[in-house]
Amino acid sequence: MISISNLTFSRGNKKIFDNISLDIKAHKITAIMGPSGTGKTTLLKLIAGQLKPDSGTILIDQENVHQLSRASLYTLRKNMGMLFQSGALLTDMSVYDNIAFPIREHTQLPESMIRTLVLMKLNAVGLRGARHLMPNELSGGMARRVAMARALALDPDMILYDEPFTGQDPISLGVLVKLIKTLNQTLHLTSIVVSHDVQETASIADYVYLISEGKIAGQGTPEELDNTESDWVSQFMRGKADGPVPFHYPADDFSNELLAP
Amino acid sequence: MKFLAKLGRSSLFLYAILSGFGYTLSRPGLLIKQLYHIGVLTFWLIAISGLFVGMVLGLQGVYTLSTFGAESSLGIMVAASLVRELGPVVSALLFAGRAGSALTAEIGLMKATEQLSAMEMMAIDPLKYIMAPRFFAGFISLPLLAALFSAVGVLGGHLAGVDLLHVDAGSYWSQMQSAIDFHDDIVNGIIKSIIFAWLVSWIALFEGYDANPTSAGISRATTRTVVNSAFAILLFDFLLTALMFGTP
Repeated sequence: MISISNLTFSRGNKKIFDNISLDIKAHKITAIMGPSGTGKTTLLKLIAGQLKPDSGTILIDQENVHQLSRASLYTLRKNMGMLFQSGALLTDMSVYDNIAFPIREHTQLPESMIRTLVLMKLNAVGLRGARHLMPNELSGGMARRVAMARALALDPDMILYDEPFTGQDPISLGVLVKLIKTLNQTLHLTSIVVSHDVQETASIADYVYLISEGKIAGQGTPEELDNTESDWVSQFMRGKADGPVPFHYPADDFSNELLAP
Repeated sequence: MKFLAKLGRSSLFLYAILSGFGYTLSRPGLLIKQLYHIGVLTFWLIAISGLFVGMVLGLQGVYTLSTFGAESSLGIMVAASLVRELGPVVSALLFAGRAGSALTAEIGLMKATEQLSAMEMMAIDPLKYIMAPRFFAGFISLPLLAALFSAVGVLGGHLAGVDLLHVDAGSYWSQMQSAIDFHDDIVNGIIKSIIFAWLVSWIALFEGYDANPTSAGISRATTRTVVNSAFAILLFDFLLTALMFGTP
């Protein structure tokens, strides 16, 4: 469904992606994992056409995202939901209106039907009873579930999740993991989950790409990566403190520094 | 170079907003909401400021004009000062401080909390949905507020000059009526306030949209809105005054 070929992207002098290629299969959960600051969110923004690559192509259903007109890109995005790390709910609207917002903007449906749709989406994430609350009255986990319902509002084929598990308590985390898996199965979605929460992401992903220093450092099913022979992949997947990624930031010899005048 | 790049970005931004005019007309609810936030909530600031500026003009006018025995011309002095200069300029400076800074902070915060990105991802253009109604609300509000400032200022001048210092009320109003020209004074004042409204709304929205999405970045953008708006208002006031009243 999504094919990324020879993608290169830089910010200033720093190369975020250096000629990477990857494929994301339809109706599967594909995880993009890697240490903080490796450009995982940037990759989502490139896929969504919010950023332009220096070179390379991103094809979604055979269409080059970065050669689309603004109108065609917006048409594509109607078929694509995105869950932002912060939730990104519109703060001057209630939970109900946040979910109704894209439906009202893109359809001519009567308000009674919009109400039914919004209640269905909220019920799917377990927050039908919270529809009158404002975003500042929600916990972090609830805000993400509302954002998930909003991402589903237009019944997209694809959902991009940006760090959905970060900063969640164990119960919220369990709910989010279950929701991503259940929604993907029942709605036949194509899901891309960007995260560095290895256990939770690996538990629901069908395929995993590990990104580090602008390259694909490893890929495979969670089981394949668990049994990998690569030291880097093994360190990342098992969360070891030391390994190819050293515990210490590069520095002069410690004893010399201590004894220095 | 940086200035030119920013000018280019802000011009494209303005073009995108102006192309959202039809969208704003088709969503009157969005425009009315912003007219309330930008215009109505600035009403009392403008009205009270106008009253005090008019009263000061009344007091200073009487003291200065009495030296020449010309207190009866107080009405002309107060009204001409207000409708030509102080009304458009002071109300624009107050508008930049109150509504302009609020717009920048609001847009900057929407950017920092990814609300603008979220709209983009929902295939809703934030330049049309968020920026255009705010721009046109500012464009409509400021000329009306400037007119309010001048009207209340004239009453303030009456209060100080006529009620407190006993200048003749009849000459205050009649001299004003005979000397103030609708086209030369009032229309030119309105043209000034329309141009200031354009400048302040443009600067405030662009600074918010272009802000670094951090608390320090939004704080700096808000400061830039007030400072740059003040510079732009005073510079354009000089240019417009030279154009409108430069030749006797």
